[in-house]
Amino acid sequence: MRHLLSVDDLGRAELDELLDLGESFLDVTRRNIPKVPALRGKTVVSLFYEESTRTRLSFETAAKRLSADTMAFSVGASSIAKGESLRDTVQTVEAMGVDAIVVRHRSAGAPHRVATWVDAAVINAGDGRHEHPTQALLDALTLRRHRGTGLDGARVAIVGDIRHSRVARSTAKAFAALGATVTLGGLPTLIPESLAGWPATTTGDLDEILGRLDVIYLLRIQHERQDATLFPSLREYTTRYGLTVERAGRLKPDTLIMHPGPMNRGVEIAAEVAETPASVITEQVANGVAVRMAVLYQLLGSGATVA
Amino acid sequence: MSAPGATQPESRPPATGDGGPFVVRARVFSADDLRRAHTRIAHEIVERHHGADGLVLIGLYTRGVAVARRLADAITEFEGVAVPVGALDVAFYRDDIGIRPVQPLGPTEVPVDITGRNVILVDDVLFTGRTVRAALDALTELGRPRSVEVAVLVDRGHRELPIRADFVGKNLPTKRAEDVRVRLAEVDGDEDGIELWGPADPAGRGEGAS
Repeated sequence: MRHLLSVDDLGRAELDELLDLGESFLDVTRRNIPKVPALRGKTVVSLFYEESTRTRLSFETAAKRLSADTMAFSVGASSIAKGESLRDTVQTVEAMGVDAIVVRHRSAGAPHRVATWVDAAVINAGDGRHEHPTQALLDALTLRRHRGTGLDGARVAIVGDIRHSRVARSTAKAFAALGATVTLGGLPTLIPESLAGWPATTTGDLDEILGRLDVIYLLRIQHERQDATLFPSLREYTTRYGLTVERAGRLKPDTLIMHPGPMNRGVEIAAEVAETPASVITEQVANGVAVRMAVLYQLLGSGATVA
Repeated sequence: MSAPGATQPESRPPATGDGGPFVVRARVFSADDLRRAHTRIAHEIVERHHGADGLVLIGLYTRGVAVARRLADAITEFEGVAVPVGALDVAFYRDDIGIRPVQPLGPTEVPVDITGRNVILVDDVLFTGRTVRAALDALTELGRPRSVEVAVLVDRGHRELPIRADFVGKNLPTKRAEDVRVRLAEVDGDEDGIELWGPADPAGRGEGAS
Protein backbone atom coordinates (compact mmCIF):
# COMPACT_ATOMS: atom_id res chain seq x y z
CA MET A 1 0.00 0.00 0.00
CA ARG A 2 1.61 3.24 -1.14
CA HIS A 3 -1.35 5.60 -0.82
CA LEU A 4 -4.80 5.40 0.69
CA LEU A 5 -7.14 6.96 -1.82
CA SER A 6 -10.21 4.76 -1.76
CA VAL A 7 -11.61 1.86 0.21
CA ASP A 8 -11.30 -0.01 -3.10
CA ASP A 9 -7.51 0.05 -2.61
CA LEU A 10 -7.92 -2.35 0.29
CA GLY A 11 -8.52 -6.06 0.00
CA ARG A 12 -10.03 -8.00 2.85
CA ALA A 13 -6.58 -8.97 4.17
CA GLU A 14 -5.33 -5.37 4.13
CA LEU A 15 -8.54 -4.18 5.74
CA ASP A 16 -8.17 -6.72 8.55
CA GLU A 17 -4.50 -5.86 8.95
CA LEU A 18 -5.26 -2.14 9.27
CA LEU A 19 -8.03 -2.78 11.77
CA ASP A 20 -5.81 -5.12 13.83
CA LEU A 21 -3.17 -2.41 13.83
CA GLY A 22 -5.89 0.09 14.80
CA GLU A 23 -6.65 -2.04 17.87
CA SER A 24 -2.96 -1.98 18.83
CA PHE A 25 -2.88 1.79 18.51
CA LEU A 26 -6.08 2.09 20.50
CA ASP A 27 -4.15 0.39 23.32
CA VAL A 28 -1.39 2.94 22.86
CA THR A 29 -3.79 5.88 23.02
CA ARG A 30 -5.12 4.64 26.37
CA ARG A 31 -1.75 4.64 28.10
CA ASN A 32 -0.56 7.33 30.49
CA ILE A 33 1.86 8.39 27.78
CA PRO A 34 -0.19 7.79 24.64
CA LYS A 35 2.72 8.11 22.28
CA VAL A 36 5.24 5.82 20.57
CA PRO A 37 8.43 6.72 18.66
CA ALA A 38 7.50 4.66 15.59
CA LEU A 39 7.52 7.50 13.02
CA ARG A 40 10.19 9.71 14.52
CA GLY A 41 11.74 11.87 11.80
CA LYS A 42 8.77 11.59 9.44
CA THR A 43 6.74 14.62 8.44
CA VAL A 44 3.03 14.60 7.75
CA VAL A 45 1.40 17.60 6.12
CA SER A 46 -2.32 18.21 5.99
CA LEU A 47 -3.50 19.99 2.89
CA PHE A 48 -7.12 20.91 3.40
CA TYR A 49 -8.93 22.70 0.59
CA GLU A 50 -12.18 22.35 2.43
CA GLU A 51 -12.89 23.30 6.01
CA SER A 52 -12.64 20.52 8.51
CA THR A 53 -11.70 20.71 12.12
CA ARG A 54 -12.43 17.18 13.27
CA THR A 55 -10.67 15.21 10.56
CA ARG A 56 -7.67 17.53 10.51
CA LEU A 57 -7.27 17.38 14.29
CA SER A 58 -7.70 13.62 14.23
CA PHE A 59 -4.92 13.21 11.65
CA GLU A 60 -2.65 15.62 13.48
CA THR A 61 -3.21 13.84 16.77
CA ALA A 62 -2.53 10.50 15.08
CA ALA A 63 0.72 11.76 13.56
CA LYS A 64 1.87 13.28 16.85
CA ARG A 65 1.16 10.10 18.79
CA LEU A 66 3.48 8.34 16.35
CA SER A 67 6.13 11.02 17.00
CA ALA A 68 5.93 12.34 13.43
CA ASP A 69 6.19 16.08 12.80
CA THR A 70 3.12 17.80 11.42
CA MET A 71 2.47 20.79 9.23
CA ALA A 72 -0.86 22.24 8.20
CA PHE A 73 -1.80 24.05 5.04
CA SER A 74 -5.26 25.54 5.03
CA VAL A 75 -7.31 27.57 2.66
CA GLY A 76 -7.36 31.29 3.24
CA ALA A 77 -4.14 31.44 5.21
CA SER A 78 -1.86 30.50 2.38
CA SER A 79 -0.83 30.74 -1.21
CA ILE A 80 -3.92 28.73 -2.10
CA ALA A 81 -5.82 31.97 -1.64
CA LYS A 82 -3.35 33.68 -3.95
CA GLY A 83 -4.32 31.44 -6.81
CA GLU A 84 -1.52 28.90 -6.78
CA SER A 85 -2.50 25.71 -8.57
CA LEU A 86 -2.97 22.47 -6.70
CA ARG A 87 0.01 20.98 -8.46
CA ASP A 88 2.31 23.88 -7.59
CA THR A 89 1.19 23.82 -3.97
CA VAL A 90 1.73 20.08 -3.70
CA GLN A 91 5.16 20.24 -5.27
CA THR A 92 6.16 23.13 -3.04
CA VAL A 93 5.08 21.19 0.01
CA GLU A 94 6.89 18.08 -1.14
CA ALA A 95 10.06 20.06 -1.75
CA MET A 96 10.07 20.89 1.96
CA GLY A 97 10.58 17.19 2.56
CA VAL A 98 7.34 15.56 3.61
CA ASP A 99 6.63 11.86 3.84
CA ALA A 100 2.84 11.93 3.78
CA ILE A 101 0.26 14.37 2.45
CA VAL A 102 -3.24 14.24 3.87
CA VAL A 103 -5.54 15.80 1.28
CA ARG A 104 -9.06 17.04 1.59
CA HIS A 105 -10.53 18.62 -1.50
CA ARG A 106 -13.96 19.59 -2.72
CA SER A 107 -13.35 17.86 -6.05
CA ALA A 108 -13.65 14.10 -6.36
CA GLY A 109 -10.40 12.56 -7.51
CA ALA A 110 -8.10 15.38 -6.37
CA PRO A 111 -6.11 13.10 -4.03
CA HIS A 112 -5.64 10.64 -6.91
CA ARG A 113 -4.16 13.43 -9.01
CA VAL A 114 -1.90 14.50 -6.16
CA ALA A 115 -0.66 10.91 -5.85
CA THR A 116 0.55 10.98 -9.46
CA TRP A 117 2.69 14.07 -8.80
CA VAL A 118 4.58 13.16 -5.67
CA ASP A 119 6.73 10.47 -4.08
CA ALA A 120 5.16 11.06 -0.68
CA ALA A 121 2.32 8.85 0.50
CA VAL A 122 -1.07 10.45 -0.16
CA ILE A 123 -4.05 9.91 2.11
CA ASN A 124 -7.53 10.91 1.00
CA ALA A 125 -9.20 12.77 3.87
CA GLY A 126 -12.37 13.32 1.85
CA ASP A 127 -12.74 14.27 -1.80
CA GLY A 128 -15.99 15.86 -2.89
CA ARG A 129 -18.86 13.40 -2.87
CA HIS A 130 -16.51 10.56 -3.65
CA GLU A 131 -14.71 8.88 -0.73
CA HIS A 132 -13.54 9.27 2.85
CA PRO A 133 -11.63 6.04 3.45
CA THR A 134 -10.33 6.76 6.97
CA GLN A 135 -13.89 7.48 8.12
CA ALA A 136 -14.83 4.05 6.75
CA LEU A 137 -11.96 2.46 8.65
CA LEU A 138 -12.91 4.07 11.93
CA ASP A 139 -16.52 3.03 11.44
CA ALA A 140 -15.41 -0.51 10.67
CA LEU A 141 -13.16 -0.58 13.74
CA THR A 142 -16.00 0.70 15.92
CA LEU A 143 -18.40 -1.91 14.62
CA ARG A 144 -15.81 -4.67 14.82
CA ARG A 145 -15.12 -3.90 18.46
CA HIS A 146 -18.79 -4.49 19.18
CA ARG A 147 -19.42 -7.37 16.79
CA GLY A 148 -16.15 -9.30 16.59
CA THR A 149 -13.66 -9.56 13.77
CA GLY A 150 -16.08 -10.61 11.06
CA LEU A 151 -19.09 -8.35 10.80
CA ASP A 152 -20.74 -11.34 9.22
CA GLY A 153 -24.42 -10.88 8.82
CA ALA A 154 -24.61 -7.56 10.68
CA ARG A 155 -27.58 -5.63 9.27
CA VAL A 156 -26.68 -2.00 8.79
CA ALA A 157 -28.86 0.85 7.59
CA ILE A 158 -27.19 4.06 6.46
CA VAL A 159 -29.74 6.84 6.57
CA GLY A 160 -29.59 10.36 5.24
CA ASP A 161 -28.30 12.23 2.25
CA ILE A 162 -26.63 9.26 0.59
CA ARG A 163 -26.38 10.98 -2.75
CA HIS A 164 -24.07 13.74 -1.57
CA SER A 165 -22.18 11.69 1.00
CA ARG A 166 -18.63 10.47 0.64
CA VAL A 167 -18.94 8.94 4.08
CA ALA A 168 -21.84 6.74 3.00
CA ARG A 169 -19.99 5.47 -0.04
CA SER A 170 -16.76 4.60 1.77
CA THR A 171 -18.38 3.23 4.89
CA ALA A 172 -20.86 1.10 2.93
CA LYS A 173 -17.96 -0.41 0.98
CA ALA A 174 -15.95 -1.19 4.11
CA PHE A 175 -18.90 -2.65 6.00
CA ALA A 176 -19.87 -4.81 3.01
CA ALA A 177 -16.27 -5.95 2.46
CA LEU A 178 -16.20 -7.15 6.06
CA GLY A 179 -19.40 -9.12 5.66
CA ALA A 180 -22.20 -6.79 6.74
CA THR A 181 -25.42 -6.27 4.80
CA VAL A 182 -25.98 -2.62 4.00
CA THR A 183 -29.29 -0.90 3.29
CA LEU A 184 -29.47 2.73 2.27
CA GLY A 185 -32.43 4.69 3.56
CA GLY A 186 -33.79 8.18 3.35
CA LEU A 187 -35.65 10.46 1.04
CA PRO A 188 -35.81 8.93 -2.45
CA THR A 189 -34.38 12.18 -3.84
CA LEU A 190 -31.32 11.73 -1.64
CA ILE A 191 -30.63 8.14 -2.74
CA PRO A 192 -28.31 7.78 -5.77
CA GLU A 193 -30.15 7.08 -9.00
CA SER A 194 -27.79 4.26 -9.83
CA LEU A 195 -26.44 1.86 -7.24
CA ALA A 196 -23.58 0.81 -9.52
CA GLY A 197 -20.52 0.51 -7.30
CA TRP A 198 -22.61 0.44 -4.14
CA PRO A 199 -22.58 -2.90 -2.34
CA ALA A 200 -26.00 -2.10 -0.90
CA THR A 201 -29.74 -2.14 -1.40
CA THR A 202 -32.17 0.67 -0.70
CA THR A 203 -35.38 1.10 1.17
CA GLY A 204 -37.88 3.90 1.10
CA ASP A 205 -39.45 2.67 4.30
CA LEU A 206 -37.09 2.99 7.24
CA ASP A 207 -39.77 2.09 9.77
CA GLU A 208 -40.30 -1.28 8.14
CA ILE A 209 -36.70 -2.47 8.76
CA LEU A 210 -36.06 -0.63 12.04
CA GLY A 211 -36.67 -3.57 14.37
CA ARG A 212 -34.27 -5.88 12.52
CA LEU A 213 -31.24 -3.60 12.39
CA ASP A 214 -27.95 -4.25 14.19
CA VAL A 215 -26.63 -0.80 13.32
CA ILE A 216 -28.30 2.44 12.32
CA TYR A 217 -25.83 4.87 10.81
CA LEU A 218 -27.12 8.42 10.52
CA LEU A 219 -25.59 10.94 8.18
CA ARG A 220 -25.52 14.62 8.86
CA ILE A 221 -28.11 16.53 6.92
CA GLN A 222 -26.02 19.18 5.29
CA HIS A 223 -28.84 21.68 5.21
CA GLU A 224 -26.44 24.49 4.34
CA ARG A 225 -25.78 22.68 1.07
CA GLN A 226 -29.28 21.45 0.40
CA ASP A 227 -30.86 21.95 -2.95
CA ALA A 228 -34.41 23.00 -2.20
CA THR A 229 -35.74 20.83 -5.01
CA LEU A 230 -34.40 17.67 -3.39
CA PHE A 231 -35.42 18.46 0.11
CA PRO A 232 -38.71 19.43 1.71
CA SER A 233 -38.07 20.89 5.16
CA LEU A 234 -35.98 19.88 8.14
CA ARG A 235 -39.14 19.20 10.10
CA GLU A 236 -40.49 16.89 7.44
CA TYR A 237 -37.14 15.12 7.18
CA THR A 238 -37.08 14.54 10.94
CA THR A 239 -40.61 13.27 10.95
CA ARG A 240 -39.97 10.71 8.25
CA TYR A 241 -36.31 9.72 8.67
CA GLY A 242 -34.91 11.25 11.84
CA LEU A 243 -33.96 8.96 14.71
CA THR A 244 -36.46 10.35 17.15
CA VAL A 245 -36.94 9.04 20.66
CA GLU A 246 -40.01 7.21 19.42
CA ARG A 247 -38.15 5.53 16.56
CA ALA A 248 -35.16 4.69 18.75
CA GLY A 249 -37.60 2.87 21.03
CA ARG A 250 -38.44 0.50 18.21
CA LEU A 251 -34.79 -0.54 17.68
CA LYS A 252 -33.52 -3.74 19.28
CA PRO A 253 -31.92 -2.91 22.65
CA ASP A 254 -28.46 -3.75 21.26
CA THR A 255 -28.75 -1.86 17.97
CA LEU A 256 -25.74 0.44 17.70
CA ILE A 257 -26.30 4.06 16.78
CA MET A 258 -23.53 5.63 14.73
CA HIS A 259 -22.97 9.09 13.29
CA PRO A 260 -19.85 10.55 11.63
CA GLY A 261 -20.37 13.96 13.22
CA PRO A 262 -20.89 16.77 13.52
CA MET A 263 -24.47 16.06 14.58
CA ASN A 264 -27.49 18.21 13.99
CA ARG A 265 -29.28 17.32 17.17
CA GLY A 266 -32.98 17.43 16.62
CA VAL A 267 -32.68 16.90 12.86
CA GLU A 268 -31.29 13.50 11.90
CA ILE A 269 -30.92 12.41 15.52
CA ALA A 270 -32.75 13.46 18.67
CA ALA A 271 -30.52 14.99 21.33
CA GLU A 272 -31.51 12.33 23.90
CA VAL A 273 -30.89 9.46 21.50
CA ALA A 274 -27.29 10.56 20.93
CA GLU A 275 -26.67 10.14 24.66
CA THR A 276 -28.06 6.63 25.08
CA PRO A 277 -25.73 3.69 25.81
CA ALA A 278 -26.41 2.29 22.34
CA SER A 279 -24.84 5.38 20.81
CA VAL A 280 -21.17 4.82 19.97
CA ILE A 281 -20.61 8.25 18.46
CA THR A 282 -17.83 9.30 20.83
CA GLU A 283 -16.16 5.89 20.42
CA GLN A 284 -16.05 6.58 16.69
CA VAL A 285 -14.02 9.72 17.36
CA ALA A 286 -11.52 7.89 19.60
CA ASN A 287 -11.23 5.07 17.10
CA GLY A 288 -10.60 7.66 14.38
CA VAL A 289 -7.26 8.62 15.91
CA ALA A 290 -6.28 4.95 16.24
CA VAL A 291 -7.09 3.97 12.63
CA ARG A 292 -5.34 7.07 11.31
CA MET A 293 -2.28 6.01 13.30
CA ALA A 294 -2.60 2.60 11.67
CA VAL A 295 -2.82 4.13 8.18
CA LEU A 296 0.17 6.41 8.75
CA TYR A 297 2.16 3.55 10.25
CA GLN A 298 1.40 1.24 7.32
CA LEU A 299 2.25 3.91 4.75
CA LEU A 300 5.33 5.44 6.42
CA GLY A 301 6.53 2.68 8.67
CA SER A 302 6.56 -0.95 8.03
CA GLY A 303 3.87 -1.43 5.49
CA ALA A 304 6.01 0.55 3.05
CA THR A 305 8.36 -2.35 2.60
CA VAL A 306 5.78 -5.13 2.57
CA ALA A 307 4.50 -4.67 -0.96
CA MET B 1 12.54 -14.02 18.22
CA SER B 2 12.58 -17.60 17.09
CA ALA B 3 9.24 -18.10 15.39
CA PRO B 4 9.07 -18.53 11.66
CA GLY B 5 7.16 -15.90 9.72
CA ALA B 6 7.66 -12.64 7.89
CA THR B 7 6.56 -10.41 10.76
CA GLN B 8 9.22 -11.53 13.22
CA PRO B 9 10.91 -8.54 14.79
CA GLU B 10 14.45 -9.84 14.59
CA SER B 11 17.04 -10.13 11.87
CA ARG B 12 16.99 -13.64 10.60
CA PRO B 13 18.10 -15.49 7.50
CA PRO B 14 15.48 -16.59 4.99
CA ALA B 15 14.10 -20.11 5.26
CA THR B 16 16.02 -21.03 2.17
CA GLY B 17 19.10 -19.02 1.31
CA ASP B 18 21.95 -19.52 -1.09
CA GLY B 19 23.10 -22.34 1.11
CA GLY B 20 20.04 -24.44 0.28
CA PRO B 21 17.16 -25.40 2.52
CA PHE B 22 17.25 -24.76 6.26
CA VAL B 23 17.63 -27.90 8.32
CA VAL B 24 18.00 -28.82 11.99
CA ARG B 25 21.71 -28.82 12.80
CA ALA B 26 21.37 -29.81 16.43
CA ARG B 27 18.79 -30.33 19.11
CA VAL B 28 20.19 -28.08 21.80
CA PHE B 29 17.67 -28.62 24.61
CA SER B 30 15.19 -31.40 25.27
CA ALA B 31 11.96 -30.74 27.13
CA ASP B 32 13.68 -31.82 30.35
CA ASP B 33 16.66 -29.55 29.72
CA LEU B 34 14.27 -26.66 29.16
CA ARG B 35 12.43 -27.39 32.40
CA ARG B 36 15.71 -27.49 34.34
CA ALA B 37 16.84 -24.22 32.78
CA HIS B 38 13.59 -22.51 33.82
CA THR B 39 13.97 -23.85 37.37
CA ARG B 40 17.60 -22.72 37.62
CA ILE B 41 16.92 -19.22 36.24
CA ALA B 42 13.97 -18.82 38.63
CA HIS B 43 16.24 -19.78 41.56
CA GLU B 44 18.96 -17.39 40.42
CA ILE B 45 16.50 -14.51 40.18
CA VAL B 46 15.21 -15.09 43.70
CA GLU B 47 18.73 -15.61 45.04
CA ARG B 48 20.03 -12.37 43.57
CA HIS B 49 17.03 -10.41 44.84
CA HIS B 50 16.92 -12.09 48.28
CA GLY B 51 13.35 -13.16 47.67
CA ALA B 52 10.57 -12.27 45.29
CA ASP B 53 9.39 -8.99 46.84
CA GLY B 54 9.22 -6.10 44.45
CA LEU B 55 9.89 -8.28 41.40
CA VAL B 56 7.91 -8.09 38.20
CA LEU B 57 8.61 -10.36 35.24
CA ILE B 58 7.86 -8.80 31.85
CA GLY B 59 7.92 -11.10 28.84
CA LEU B 60 8.61 -9.89 25.31
CA TYR B 61 6.29 -11.20 22.62
CA THR B 62 5.92 -13.86 21.52
CA ARG B 63 7.75 -16.58 23.42
CA GLY B 64 9.21 -14.34 26.10
CA VAL B 65 5.71 -13.96 27.52
CA ALA B 66 5.37 -17.73 27.91
CA VAL B 67 8.85 -18.00 29.43
CA ALA B 68 8.03 -15.21 31.92
CA ARG B 69 4.89 -17.08 33.01
CA ARG B 70 6.87 -20.28 33.53
CA LEU B 71 9.51 -18.48 35.58
CA ALA B 72 6.83 -16.84 37.70
CA ASP B 73 5.12 -20.20 38.28
CA ALA B 74 8.44 -21.73 39.36
CA ILE B 75 9.12 -18.87 41.78
CA THR B 76 5.62 -19.22 43.23
CA GLU B 77 6.20 -22.94 43.67
CA PHE B 78 9.30 -22.66 45.82
CA GLU B 79 8.79 -19.23 47.43
CA GLY B 80 5.05 -19.42 47.99
CA VAL B 81 4.42 -15.89 46.66
CA ALA B 82 2.81 -14.72 43.44
CA VAL B 83 5.06 -12.69 41.17
CA PRO B 84 3.35 -10.25 38.79
CA VAL B 85 3.84 -11.09 35.11
CA GLY B 86 3.47 -8.62 32.26
CA ALA B 87 3.63 -8.79 28.49
CA LEU B 88 5.40 -6.16 26.42
CA ASP B 89 5.10 -5.49 22.71
CA VAL B 90 8.08 -3.51 21.44
CA ALA B 91 7.09 -3.17 17.76
CA PHE B 92 6.51 0.60 17.83
CA TYR B 93 9.83 1.18 19.62
CA ARG B 94 12.04 -0.77 17.22
CA ASP B 95 14.80 0.93 15.24
CA ASP B 96 14.14 -1.01 12.04
CA ILE B 97 10.65 0.32 11.31
CA GLY B 98 10.56 1.23 7.64
CA ILE B 99 13.51 -1.05 6.89
CA ARG B 100 11.39 -4.17 7.05
CA PRO B 101 7.90 -5.19 8.13
CA VAL B 102 7.38 -4.62 11.83
CA GLN B 103 3.94 -5.44 13.16
CA PRO B 104 2.75 -5.64 16.76
CA LEU B 105 2.65 -9.17 18.14
CA GLY B 106 0.24 -8.68 21.04
CA PRO B 107 -1.16 -6.19 23.52
CA THR B 108 1.13 -4.65 26.12
CA GLU B 109 -0.28 -5.63 29.50
CA VAL B 110 1.62 -4.88 32.67
CA PRO B 111 -0.63 -5.47 35.69
CA VAL B 112 1.34 -3.38 38.20
CA ASP B 113 3.01 0.00 38.34
CA ILE B 114 6.65 -0.79 37.59
CA THR B 115 7.92 2.35 39.31
CA GLY B 116 10.22 1.35 42.15
CA ARG B 117 10.16 -2.34 41.24
CA ASN B 118 12.88 -4.64 40.00
CA VAL B 119 11.89 -5.54 36.45
CA ILE B 120 13.15 -8.71 34.78
CA LEU B 121 12.73 -8.52 31.02
CA VAL B 122 12.28 -12.04 29.71
CA ASP B 123 12.83 -13.33 26.19
CA ASP B 124 13.57 -16.68 24.60
CA VAL B 125 16.69 -15.77 22.60
CA LEU B 126 19.15 -12.90 22.97
CA PHE B 127 20.77 -12.10 19.61
CA THR B 128 21.55 -8.57 18.38
CA GLY B 129 20.16 -6.88 21.49
CA ARG B 130 17.89 -4.63 19.47
CA THR B 131 14.70 -6.09 20.89
CA VAL B 132 15.94 -5.44 24.43
CA ARG B 133 16.93 -1.89 23.44
CA ALA B 134 13.40 -1.29 22.18
CA ALA B 135 11.99 -2.86 25.34
CA LEU B 136 13.98 -0.46 27.53
CA ASP B 137 12.39 2.46 25.69
CA ALA B 138 8.93 0.92 25.98
CA LEU B 139 9.46 0.39 29.73
CA THR B 140 10.44 4.02 30.25
CA GLU B 141 6.94 5.04 29.24
CA LEU B 142 5.37 2.71 31.77
CA GLY B 143 7.28 4.04 34.76
CA ARG B 144 10.69 4.24 36.41
CA PRO B 145 11.78 0.83 37.63
CA ARG B 146 14.31 0.52 40.45
CA SER B 147 16.32 -1.79 38.21
CA VAL B 148 15.99 -3.69 34.95
CA GLU B 149 17.60 -7.06 34.27
CA VAL B 150 17.38 -9.45 31.35
CA ALA B 151 16.67 -13.17 31.50
CA VAL B 152 16.84 -15.37 28.36
CA LEU B 153 16.78 -19.08 27.61
CA VAL B 154 19.52 -18.80 24.98
CA ASP B 155 22.25 -16.23 24.43
CA ARG B 156 23.43 -16.85 20.89
CA GLY B 157 25.94 -13.99 20.60
CA HIS B 158 26.32 -11.46 17.74
CA ARG B 159 25.35 -8.43 19.83
CA GLU B 160 25.11 -5.13 17.97
CA LEU B 161 24.52 -3.03 21.10
CA PRO B 162 26.09 -2.86 24.56
CA ILE B 163 23.45 -5.11 26.13
CA ARG B 164 23.98 -8.30 28.11
CA ALA B 165 21.83 -10.91 29.81
CA ASP B 166 21.79 -11.23 33.61
CA PHE B 167 20.24 -14.70 33.63
CA VAL B 168 20.98 -17.19 30.85
CA GLY B 169 19.69 -20.72 30.24
CA LYS B 170 22.44 -21.60 27.80
CA ASN B 171 25.21 -19.75 26.02
CA LEU B 172 25.12 -21.11 22.50
CA PRO B 173 27.80 -20.05 20.02
CA THR B 174 26.17 -19.69 16.60
CA LYS B 175 26.91 -18.45 13.15
CA ARG B 176 24.98 -15.43 11.98
CA ALA B 177 23.33 -17.41 9.18
CA GLU B 178 22.02 -19.92 11.67
CA ASP B 179 18.81 -19.69 13.59
CA VAL B 180 17.89 -20.71 17.13
CA ARG B 181 14.29 -21.90 17.41
CA VAL B 182 12.69 -22.27 20.80
CA ARG B 183 9.54 -24.37 20.86
CA LEU B 184 7.16 -24.02 23.77
CA ALA B 185 4.09 -26.19 24.17
CA GLU B 186 1.76 -23.28 25.05
CA VAL B 187 2.86 -21.27 21.98
CA ASP B 188 3.77 -23.88 19.39
CA GLY B 189 1.41 -26.66 20.40
CA ASP B 190 4.06 -29.36 20.43
CA GLU B 191 6.86 -30.62 22.65
CA ASP B 192 9.20 -28.17 24.37
CA GLY B 193 12.70 -27.94 22.99
CA ILE B 194 15.39 -25.77 21.44
CA GLU B 195 16.88 -26.45 18.02
CA LEU B 196 19.73 -24.94 16.06
CA TRP B 197 18.84 -24.55 12.39
CA GLY B 198 21.13 -23.73 9.50
CA PRO B 199 21.59 -24.04 5.75
CA ALA B 200 21.90 -27.67 4.61
CA ASP B 201 24.86 -26.98 2.35
CA PRO B 202 28.17 -26.72 4.30
CA ALA B 203 29.30 -24.12 1.76
CA GLY B 204 26.82 -21.75 3.36
CA ARG B 205 28.67 -21.89 6.69
CA GLY B 206 31.26 -19.32 5.74
CA GLU B 207 30.32 -16.50 8.15
CA GLY B 208 32.23 -15.92 11.33
CA ALA B 209 31.23 -17.70 14.51
CA SER B 210 30.63 -15.77 17.70
